[in-house]
Amino acid sequence: MDIYVLLKRTFDTEEKINISSGKIEDDGAEFIINPYDEYAVEEAINQRDEHGGEVTVVTVGDEESEKQLRTALAMGADKAVLINTEEDLEDGDQYTTSRILEAYFKDKQVDLILAGNVAIDEASGQVGPRLAELLGMPYITTITNLKIDNKTVSIEKDVEGDVEVVESTLPLLVTCQQGLNEPRYPSLPGIMKAKKKPLDELELEDLDIDEDELEAKTRTVEIFLPPEKEAGRVLEGEIGDQVQELVSLLKNDAKVL
Amino acid sequence: MSDKFLVIGEAREGTLRNVTYEAIAAAKKIQPEGEVVGVICGDTDQESQADEMIYYGADKVITIKHDNLKAYTSEGYGQAILSVIKEEAPFGIVMGHTSVGKDLTPKLASKLESGLVSDVVDLELEGDTPVFTRPIYSGKAFEKKTVTSGLTFFTIRPNNVPALERDESRKGEVITKDIDVAGIRTVIKDVIRKAAEGVDLSEANVIVAGGRGVKSEEGFKPLYELAEVLGGAVGASRGACDAEYCDYSLQIGQTGKVVTPDLYIAVGISGAIQHLAGMSNSKVIVAINKDPEANIFNVADYGIVGDLFEILPLLIEDIKKMKQ
Repeated sequence: MDIYVLLKRTFDTEEKINISSGKIEDDGAEFIINPYDEYAVEEAINQRDEHGGEVTVVTVGDEESEKQLRTALAMGADKAVLINTEEDLEDGDQYTTSRILEAYFKDKQVDLILAGNVAIDEASGQVGPRLAELLGMPYITTITNLKIDNKTVSIEKDVEGDVEVVESTLPLLVTCQQGLNEPRYPSLPGIMKAKKKPLDELELEDLDIDEDELEAKTRTVEIFLPPEKEAGRVLEGEIGDQVQELVSLLKNDAKVL
Repeated sequence: MSDKFLVIGEAREGTLRNVTYEAIAAAKKIQPEGEVVGVICGDTDQESQADEMIYYGADKVITIKHDNLKAYTSEGYGQAILSVIKEEAPFGIVMGHTSVGKDLTPKLASKLESGLVSDVVDLELEGDTPVFTRPIYSGKAFEKKTVTSGLTFFTIRPNNVPALERDESRKGEVITKDIDVAGIRTVIKDVIRKAAEGVDLSEANVIVAGGRGVKSEEGFKPLYELAEVLGGAVGASRGACDAEYCDYSLQIGQTGKVVTPDLYIAVGISGAIQHLAGMSNSKVIVAINKDPEANIFNVADYGIVGDLFEILPLLIEDIKKMKQ
């Protein structure tokens, strides 16, 4: 099977967000594989181990993403591709990214594409379904179980807490939800092997796509932090009195009961 | 340019979700004088749903009835709604940022070569230009976005844009369209109901969330009881999900759901930064924790330090008394 994973580098979930000159400050921040994309990498490796074939991890980003691609290779992916847009693109949006990926995939033999259901930074959740549509492929989002039997794919999909049992066919694009698997940590031999695995870097001209076709349809005009939440009141006294006071505060002051 | 706005309705078990009415209000905010056209898909007659959309501000509603639209699939709904979009040629499209909305709208946007601003929590007009506010980094920051070309297409997070007053005297046209829906490659075989009865986490006005301090699956019982008394839903921290006290679908945080209820009661939750990202924009936060140093107290409006198993039964009783 030809299996592909769409991977994005994101801020570590531990990071506080700061803004300087209108942009998110990334100096000194730790970066990770988007946690939902980690489920996708793990699932791709498991499916390959069961059915054979090859796992290729693809990132649209800049040079900095090499580290996360190496981590995916250390987990067990076979190849990595970095589509480096640093020199060619200023502001892209989800339209831009999906069109770049379309150009990458158009001459590829694909059985399965896995992606995270959302990236924890911009959180649009659009690129996967957009790409599937551009490639004329069905897609299923937020999956929590995946079984492939020849060309038939049985999937469990999380729908706001309920589980939908869905059947589809290959080729297919899926986006991964928490609960699908437990992503492994790269092993030491895995890390050593990853150094020798191919990591190809492409630019837009290699994909035969013109920047003009990629112009974003939306624009970010401002980024701001929410007002700092002030610590409130910790109640005191007998537990029973505290509870009574709390109910009264919620009813009369906060007016939420 | 057309000033028409298309609102994609979403029903659950035969009733439109509240976010559909909120979407109508959002469309009206952008085009106060424009025509709001609702669209609903299903396999049964949807007259009463169409009427409801009109009572909440739609001028016209198009219903599409087809056997292949019984359950939502991106392919089925995509075909049906796309044909309506092509015919109506609207200025903009809006839908709820729900499970269905998240699944369907990127497909439509891709097909229409359009932008899509998803998960909008606030919108305003600067001159004629709609400016959308949406959370990024799970609510650790926010961005304002505009559409630079093509359709004004966006999804709104439930509970953030107030719906208009329901007005039964409002009149509008209801049109039933016959559209063939075929060639669907994904089939829904079964739906296993796991979500708690009644209130959905993403739309709940009140959430009672438990963490590791709840100690066991059994320990969640009083949380469910409190949620029921308050007409709310139960959520959890990652710690509680990892410890298998509850299902991952209940997880609130940077991975998991981001929620903004009117009242959030954090029970036995220490308040890791990842959890705070998912809930700190709630309107009122109550923390119950035995550790007075717990980080959750730094974002709570009201806190009680103590044993949750002692506090919750008292709280349930007092609220029941108050409601009588």
